Amino acid sequence: MKRRPMFLITMLAFGFAFFYIPILSMIVYSFNESRLATVWGGFSTKWYASLFSNRQVVAALILSLKIAVISATIATILGTMAGIALARFRKFRGRTLFSGLVTAPLIMPEVITGISSLMFFIMLAEWIGWPAQRGFTTVTLAHITFSMVFVTTVVQARMSQADRAIEEAAMDLGSRPWQVMFDVTLPVIFPAIMSGWLLAFTISLDDVVITSFTTGPGSTTLPLLIWSKVKLGVTPDINALATLMVVVVGLGVVLAGIIMNRSAARARADERMAYRSNE
Amino acid sequence: MAEPSTLRDATAPVEPRQGGAFARWLDRRGWSDILIGGPYIWLLLLFLVPFLIVVAMSVATKTSTAPPISWGGEVPLLNWEPYQRVLSDGLYLRAFLTSVMNAGIAMILCLFIGYPMALGLVRVAPSWRNILLMLVILPFWTSFLLRVYAWMGLMGRNSWFNGMLTDAWNFLVPIDWAVRSIPMMNSNFAVVLVMVYTYLPFMILPLYASLERLDTTLDEAAMDLGSRPARVFWDVTLPQSVPGIIAGGMLVFIPAAGELVIPSLVGNASSPMIGRLISDEFSMARDWPMASAIAVMLLLLMVVPTMLYSHYQAKAGGSK
Amino acid sequence: MALPDAGTGAAPFLRIEGVSKSFGSFKAVNDVSLTVEKGEIFALLGGSGCGKTTLLRMLAGFEEPTAGRIFLDGRDMAGVQPWDRPVHMMFQSYALFPHMTVAKNIGYGLKHEKMTKAERDARVREMLDLVQLTQFAGRKPHQISGGQRQRVALARALARQPKLLLLDEPLAALDKKLREHTQFELMSIQQRTGVTFIVVTHDQEEAMTLADRIAVMDKGVVRQIGSPTEIYEFPNSRFVASFIGSITSFEAKVAGREGAHLVVDVPALGGRILARDVPGVVEGQAVTLAVRPEKLNLTKERPESPNAVEGMVKDLAYFGKDSLYRIALPSGALVQAHAVNARRGMEAARVADWDDKIWLSFDPGSAIVLAD
Repeated sequence: MKRRPMFLITMLAFGFAFFYIPILSMIVYSFNESRLATVWGGFSTKWYASLFSNRQVVAALILSLKIAVISATIATILGTMAGIALARFRKFRGRTLFSGLVTAPLIMPEVITGISSLMFFIMLAEWIGWPAQRGFTTVTLAHITFSMVFVTTVVQARMSQADRAIEEAAMDLGSRPWQVMFDVTLPVIFPAIMSGWLLAFTISLDDVVITSFTTGPGSTTLPLLIWSKVKLGVTPDINALATLMVVVVGLGVVLAGIIMNRSAARARADERMAYRSNE
Repeated sequence: MAEPSTLRDATAPVEPRQGGAFARWLDRRGWSDILIGGPYIWLLLLFLVPFLIVVAMSVATKTSTAPPISWGGEVPLLNWEPYQRVLSDGLYLRAFLTSVMNAGIAMILCLFIGYPMALGLVRVAPSWRNILLMLVILPFWTSFLLRVYAWMGLMGRNSWFNGMLTDAWNFLVPIDWAVRSIPMMNSNFAVVLVMVYTYLPFMILPLYASLERLDTTLDEAAMDLGSRPARVFWDVTLPQSVPGIIAGGMLVFIPAAGELVIPSLVGNASSPMIGRLISDEFSMARDWPMASAIAVMLLLLMVVPTMLYSHYQAKAGGSK
Repeated sequence: MALPDAGTGAAPFLRIEGVSKSFGSFKAVNDVSLTVEKGEIFALLGGSGCGKTTLLRMLAGFEEPTAGRIFLDGRDMAGVQPWDRPVHMMFQSYALFPHMTVAKNIGYGLKHEKMTKAERDARVREMLDLVQLTQFAGRKPHQISGGQRQRVALARALARQPKLLLLDEPLAALDKKLREHTQFELMSIQQRTGVTFIVVTHDQEEAMTLADRIAVMDKGVVRQIGSPTEIYEFPNSRFVASFIGSITSFEAKVAGREGAHLVVDVPALGGRILARDVPGVVEGQAVTLAVRPEKLNLTKERPESPNAVEGMVKDLAYFGKDSLYRIALPSGALVQAHAVNARRGMEAARVADWDDKIWLSFDPGSAIVLAD
């Protein structure tokens, strides 16, 4: 049975080449001396230098990070609440609609979410006079709405694996439902909440379509800035920016992988400890 | 061992702790009300209401006021004209067809590339598996926009990649057919290629999940009973991975069919996909009713694949 | 030491009165009434789905009875939330908080008590000492063994001095060797603390060793309540008789009464036999005659017993300390009998061998007549 699946290994090699050649090419060309983004003109780091002195890019990055942190945090709170509610309360009035509302944004095409949010904000301004202007607030609200359901999915999946008895034990020992949640439920599902936050953060930081519909003058996020430049074609400074973003994210994912490996090793050590403690 | 002195005093009367009305409400049902109510109200207000506005818009009449719509008054309350136009104008029907075709071809290509990759991931040594899985997920965390952008660099007329393909083409075909470069950008070919590139992880991951769960002793049993490996694949592996295929397929098809970024950057403006059409009707033509009507039609189109997906998800969940 | 002072005239410590629980159309618990005295170990014994766990969860407050009432120490528990009940539970999975140390787990319930930190720490130390886990106070639950986890769960539930401790299959997750040891440890801790224990178990041996009294449950109904001896020696129904230990039973008919004994016609045993009298049965009534395998005497010669029948050894299984014989009777019936292998040796150890003729007899007091 232990034959080498040569065909599968070849396909894996091709697949990974397909995944990474475009990104590597982009990284290489970010060090291109030439202004023509696709013709090699020698090695240079001048595009990186010009990137950091570009105040527009820096401002957009800061705005994007601000929106991503705020929206991911609120989305995580709301999404966790929804995930716990769906996993723990089997029956309540309007559960069907609620679970529908939690899944619908996952499959709704972004362009529809975008125009519906925009029309909503415009009509709202028409009816109650708020929001007078679209920008930071409206983008954040829209990001919270469509990223919270991703958090819900992650949290709900984790909750359905958790031992219900742990919560009952806390209740049995005198804790009220809200104390149980803070003392037991949240600490136990904390890793899921963290990955939910990271997911929401990434989604917000990456979003173009919904942001482009819900933003207003003066509120250009980094993806929007890239979008407006990319529409005009390939430029070396975008290559440099892309390289930086890919490297940062790549390092983050690798780091997360190392941390996960570490905790797996710790779990194995604990198991050995548990075994030895029997003596 | 000492007699535990404090342990024998279990005679204190049973008295519930008294709290205020709020504390009692919180204990009884308030806590669940808050947990459900918070996200519920948020989604009703910021998701359902906007969605209902889209539905309402789709039967409104376009005006030149701001906002550029109206219901009732001098125009009819329900205006079905946008729907009639969507169903009769060839432009819209072609756009739907282009979307379904592009998304469908991308889905099938993803399946043919992703299936052997997923199977390969299951069969490689476990020490390699985690690293390779991370390499599949890594692009997913990097910016979607930049992944599309990376291909713009490769497909452009002067790129090394295009040049390589052009040389290969010129080498293989008669001299009369020689070209200076291959026109890849701004075509449905480019759209499908980039879709396959960006959505491939969505295909590989559910396939991997369903293949990894398979009991390898079944393979061995089938081989033991005299099947050759290829036969085992057809008879044992493939049928059992159908839920993964459906899940992956829908995870590619659904977002691809409504895609806006990819066709806007590398697509052909003369045969737009539906997402781009919605955006153009809305922003360029300022025809909100029309954009809304197309959006509603697109959602109707998505209902079937979505149901298919959730059906197989429920089945996969139940059989665990 | 702290034996239950039952029957002193006071109201029972725990009184369950006509309690039922339905889930939709399914009746998990059906009209259960029982009382438990202070300081007792009381076992709810039954197979899966018999309603024992649902009853336990109603005592803890996780389920509200559909009908009936529960009184603890004179107080009606209806509507009292789990967190307000002086009842603590040891969960089957132990349900230890994975993110807290052993000491934090044990001290968790105490944060709801009005005590100073010093008092709280002292109590935790006392509990750690009680379950002999002092040296593991700083470890997390996944860093200790299964048996130690079980003791943490016990200490955590006892720390707040509950009036009632509920133990859901306390030994099920332990391996056989550890189980025996832990049984006695549980009993000793119960005696030292004086807390009333209610143990849910599907394991009859566990119930017999641990409990002062046992309630045998089946399909939501309590079939019999009594001490282990009562349940084993005087089962009131075929269900209880066959659920606890093994038994051989025959169809029989009551033929009359002879002194202190009941005369029953047992066709399978080839005639009339004498059995312990049971009130309520009448002449001519169809009953079941049941005998425990270890109450059957096997002899080569015809014994001096009113209840004797000759048979042939059809099968035997050697277990070391005893052997199980399967004996064919002239009527065609098969009877199981246990005999202790008192003598030592290869062949001599056994009372009889395959195909040997052998006499089977039993005391009238060991013959159980079951009307149900």
